[in-house]
Amino acid sequence: MFGLNTKDTKSLFIVAFLVVVAPFILNPFPAASAMAQFNAGYPDLMQKFVIFGIFAIGFNILFGLTGYLSFGHAAFLGIGSYSCVWMFKLLGYNVIPGIVLSVIISGIFALAIGFVSLRRSGIYFSILTLAFAQMSFALAYSVLSNPKFNLTNGETGLQVYANDPQWFHRDSLPDLPHLFGLSMRATHKLEIGAWEFQLNAGYYLCALMMLVCFYLAIRIFRSPFGLMLRAVKSNQQRMNYTGLNTRPYTLAAFVISGMYAGLAGGLLSAVDPLAGAERMQWTASGEVVLMTILGGAGTLIGPVLGAGFIKYFENIFSKINDHVLHSWFAFLPDGLEDFVVFLIHPFIGKGWHLTLGILFMLVVIFLPGGLVEGGQRLGKWLHRRKAKDTPSAKTEPAE
Amino acid sequence: MSKSEVSRRRVLKSGAAGTAGLALPTIFTASSAAAFTNEPTGGTVTLGFNVPQTGPYADEGADELRAYQLAVEHLNGGGDGGMLNTFSSKVLQGNGILGKKIEFVTGDTQTKSDAARASAKSMIEKDGAVMITGGSSSGVAIAVQGLCQEAGVIFMAGLTHSNDTTGKDKKANGFRHFFNGYMSGAALAPVLKNLYGTDRTAYHLTADYTWGWTQEESIAAATESLGWQTTNKVRTPLAATDFSSYIAPVLNSGADVLVLNHYGGNMVNSLTNAVQFGLRDKVVNGKNFEIVVPLYSRLMAKGAGANVKGIHGSTNWHWTLQDEGSKAFVRSFGTKYGFPPSQAAHTVYCQTLLYADAVARAGSFNPCAVVEALEGYEFDGLGNGPTLYRAEDHQCFKDVLVVRGKENPTSEFDLLEVVEVTPAAQVSYAPDHPMFAGGDLGACNSGA
Amino acid sequence: MDAFLLQILNGLDKGSAYALIALGLTLIFGTLGVVNFAHGALFMIGAFCAVTLQRLLNLSFETIDPSQKDFLGNPLKVKTPYIESWFGPDLGGAIIDWSVPLAILFAIPIMIAIGFVMERGLIKHFYKRPHADQILVTFGLAIVLQEVVKYFYGANPIQTPAPDALNGIANLGAIIGMDIVYPVWRIVYFCFSVLIIAAIFAFLQFTTFGMVVRAGMADRETVGLLGINIDRRFTIMFGIAAAVAGLAGVMYTPINPPNYHMGMDFLVLSFVVVVVGGMGSLPGAVLAGFLLGVLESFASTTWATTTLPGINQIIIYVVAIVVLLTRPRGLMGLKGVMED
Repeated sequence: MFGLNTKDTKSLFIVAFLVVVAPFILNPFPAASAMAQFNAGYPDLMQKFVIFGIFAIGFNILFGLTGYLSFGHAAFLGIGSYSCVWMFKLLGYNVIPGIVLSVIISGIFALAIGFVSLRRSGIYFSILTLAFAQMSFALAYSVLSNPKFNLTNGETGLQVYANDPQWFHRDSLPDLPHLFGLSMRATHKLEIGAWEFQLNAGYYLCALMMLVCFYLAIRIFRSPFGLMLRAVKSNQQRMNYTGLNTRPYTLAAFVISGMYAGLAGGLLSAVDPLAGAERMQWTASGEVVLMTILGGAGTLIGPVLGAGFIKYFENIFSKINDHVLHSWFAFLPDGLEDFVVFLIHPFIGKGWHLTLGILFMLVVIFLPGGLVEGGQRLGKWLHRRKAKDTPSAKTEPAE
Repeated sequence: MSKSEVSRRRVLKSGAAGTAGLALPTIFTASSAAAFTNEPTGGTVTLGFNVPQTGPYADEGADELRAYQLAVEHLNGGGDGGMLNTFSSKVLQGNGILGKKIEFVTGDTQTKSDAARASAKSMIEKDGAVMITGGSSSGVAIAVQGLCQEAGVIFMAGLTHSNDTTGKDKKANGFRHFFNGYMSGAALAPVLKNLYGTDRTAYHLTADYTWGWTQEESIAAATESLGWQTTNKVRTPLAATDFSSYIAPVLNSGADVLVLNHYGGNMVNSLTNAVQFGLRDKVVNGKNFEIVVPLYSRLMAKGAGANVKGIHGSTNWHWTLQDEGSKAFVRSFGTKYGFPPSQAAHTVYCQTLLYADAVARAGSFNPCAVVEALEGYEFDGLGNGPTLYRAEDHQCFKDVLVVRGKENPTSEFDLLEVVEVTPAAQVSYAPDHPMFAGGDLGACNSGA
Repeated sequence: MDAFLLQILNGLDKGSAYALIALGLTLIFGTLGVVNFAHGALFMIGAFCAVTLQRLLNLSFETIDPSQKDFLGNPLKVKTPYIESWFGPDLGGAIIDWSVPLAILFAIPIMIAIGFVMERGLIKHFYKRPHADQILVTFGLAIVLQEVVKYFYGANPIQTPAPDALNGIANLGAIIGMDIVYPVWRIVYFCFSVLIIAAIFAFLQFTTFGMVVRAGMADRETVGLLGINIDRRFTIMFGIAAAVAGLAGVMYTPINPPNYHMGMDFLVLSFVVVVVGGMGSLPGAVLAGFLLGVLESFASTTWATTTLPGINQIIIYVVAIVVLLTRPRGLMGLKGVMED
């Protein structure tokens, strides 16, 4: 279906199903219970899951297929965000022009930066992209926000002010980003028993975008173009010796992934109309690298998993404080309670970076293929337990 | 577009958000029943403490969290009551707020506007927080303030010193207890005049972002009105760690005062570098070379060590103040944690008390009622003398301290000494002062 | 002219830190072929060795002085460092005063040990893995190391002053009849880094050990075939590289008070230095370090920032882009290194 083989159609449907029911499966614990701390089914985090999913899928088209490790993709995320907010400021709060422009502008920037950076490969390419992104960040944070020519609004972040033109704004429209009148903040709360689920308009818009992106990524992966990119990864020199110029292919991949990043940036602004310069910092670029490799570079679903994993940590673990810990372990005798809290304390709340760092290392050391490989190993192990005698089917190549 | 339309839009916004919610099919509906965002219905009320727990300001964030927990303890009737006993308003009775026990959630701003907004949103959307407070930099404070305005909850700003927070970016739902760049300038100027005279040439080193610029503008205006000259204003990158290449040109510039518009790690390093280059012992134009750090904090002074000795700056509050409120606060904080509180801790403690008090006086958690109760509110007993929460811009007007790095500290906390308490009247300004112009408070948003 | 010389001096002084870090990175990359993102963290740990020694020397016992009060009104507890009570206030005070230079001795064994543990325990398993994996695992390690340091020492910078005798300023220009004053400790730092760089080069050039390592850098397999245990030598080189980064950190503490993220602050920059110099080239790393230091210094002058606003923020990256596009392998890089 949709020009996909059965296996890909199946995975597309699985992802679509998961994305639609995410508000329910991410809120497995009753709202009033102590475990509600681990619920992730609130609009902001769900939006982040799918938006950074898009970002990582796009990054994976470049890195997973061609092996070019860009350390500057956050620049496109930031450029997309700024473009979208500028559309809000000039035209009005409808998200469509903003999202379209963010994809176009980031595509143009990706073309320019990619054209220059792709003249080199390996770590030289990484450093070139890093240099471009850091330059963008430094300029956006300070120079481009000077009062005479304020393009980015610097530290505070670009936002809509009451005296902006907003030419197409009408009083009947919401004063927040909206899709033809449907506010991105509009949330419908469902209460079923002790559970509370939030269905948010912004989330479903982003989710729809992500499904489209996911579908396009599958098509790219399975196309002759995708095959060409993989060939670049396995041996670029041989490709060149056969008389084939690989540059247009890698550049196309770079631009596509830059546009994915721009779309993600545009959506970030669409659900929350403020674009900060930190989005372009090298640590943000590093984050998408981590997401992709953590989930499984070169796989279709891996980057989305990685993005979800990191955002979950950032938002859930950082909010567990000692107070919460004490309430969890209140059933233990006093001394023991304090001891348990003392043991866990360094890893939660302000220590979430530490936990994340340790988990990274564990994943990279033991699961080079990322979480996807973890899943596959688990699947195989279960499979083997089921049918102990039958030798396992043919092993698939890593890529 | 005319101004009146704009304000109409701001009012309409809340309604639109509500109706858009209704546009979806309504099964088991609950969302439209509440009168305002996150109306507390049970026996508890949830506040959101959003502070930097990772990144360079993590220590200040940690001190803010301590103060928040102390405030919650006092408001819930625990501990010795702290400043509740000295606060001029007596409606808080130690039974939570309006009889509801206070619970809190914490989050990590990472000193990034994106992360801070994400964290604040999770508090509003997931934990049902009715008030968000905290922050340790102006960019974050302004970003979160805007979010709270849109979401319909109250924002009580923590440490934010930029003029913009209650100027260009002021919001009806946001309130600032901390002082600002203009006040620093106004408080410092007379003291600098007495100490260093009127014939001085200043050289500014400024962190190259919004806060740095507003502070530079404020200080330069205040000192130039004394008759000082400003020879150069040099912008330094925020990411700079070594300021030597910016300090070195100061040596031969003919300036005799160096103003460091830096905060945090930038300030520690630039001050350390300036002292390294012998600026403090230098004599220019027959006068001793002087260094001024307009925004001081004790935690930063600790990082700069002996380099702060004899260097002047301004601060919102210091633990050595001898009024009853400050003494009570230092006593409860010190007894609980073993060291005196920082100015960040003080300001967030006050903000929490002020919010609770406003709710109690208004008799409702409705943000619009709280805004009304806080606007134009005058109080005393929270450590800075009689204070006014001005209605026009939601800025507190109170005494500002001019401090100096102490020559002979008796302990590791005793780093600054108060040189002068500049009275509130001297640091006040008109709401439409040019440095604060261009903003629009808008109407309060309760999210209903 | 004075100002010009001052900026040159300043650039060399900035550059010496870059050169030392880049040198260590290149040693690791050249010998082991590993891209070590945790190198900045080693620099940071070195700095915290100095902090730790300062704390150890300041370990105190408390005596209660009823005549003074603390901030809560209780009798003040006066702290006296053990060192001072053992050696008397004069000698004890002097030892504490010289804690940063002493920390060099303290840091060398610690840093070498950390280097060994890192190489044997973690890096060893990544020789055969792609560079991306190496980057990721060392990046994870860097996060863990800096968070551990933050847990014990807090996030704020910690002042670790130089000895009083080396704290002032010196007029270097006096010799040539000009007025160029510069902080003594920064001059010390520059000389120290030149010394270390010279020592590393001499070690590689004139000892048998160094010769084998250089041969191993050129062709690891052949050296292995000759029956030389190259792995053990490479481990030692990793230890040395860690020690170089650590010493750079120790001596840096009086220049800027150390904090837990100082390693990350230097990380991007030091990679740019290495790449501009040319991956795997030791002289390239040193040259690029000093070069970028000087350029950065000049870019921050008022003249430069008024001509090109913001140039001081991006100079490093502009240089990186220009060098990489005109000289594909950096200033002194070797053909075929890290180009896959």
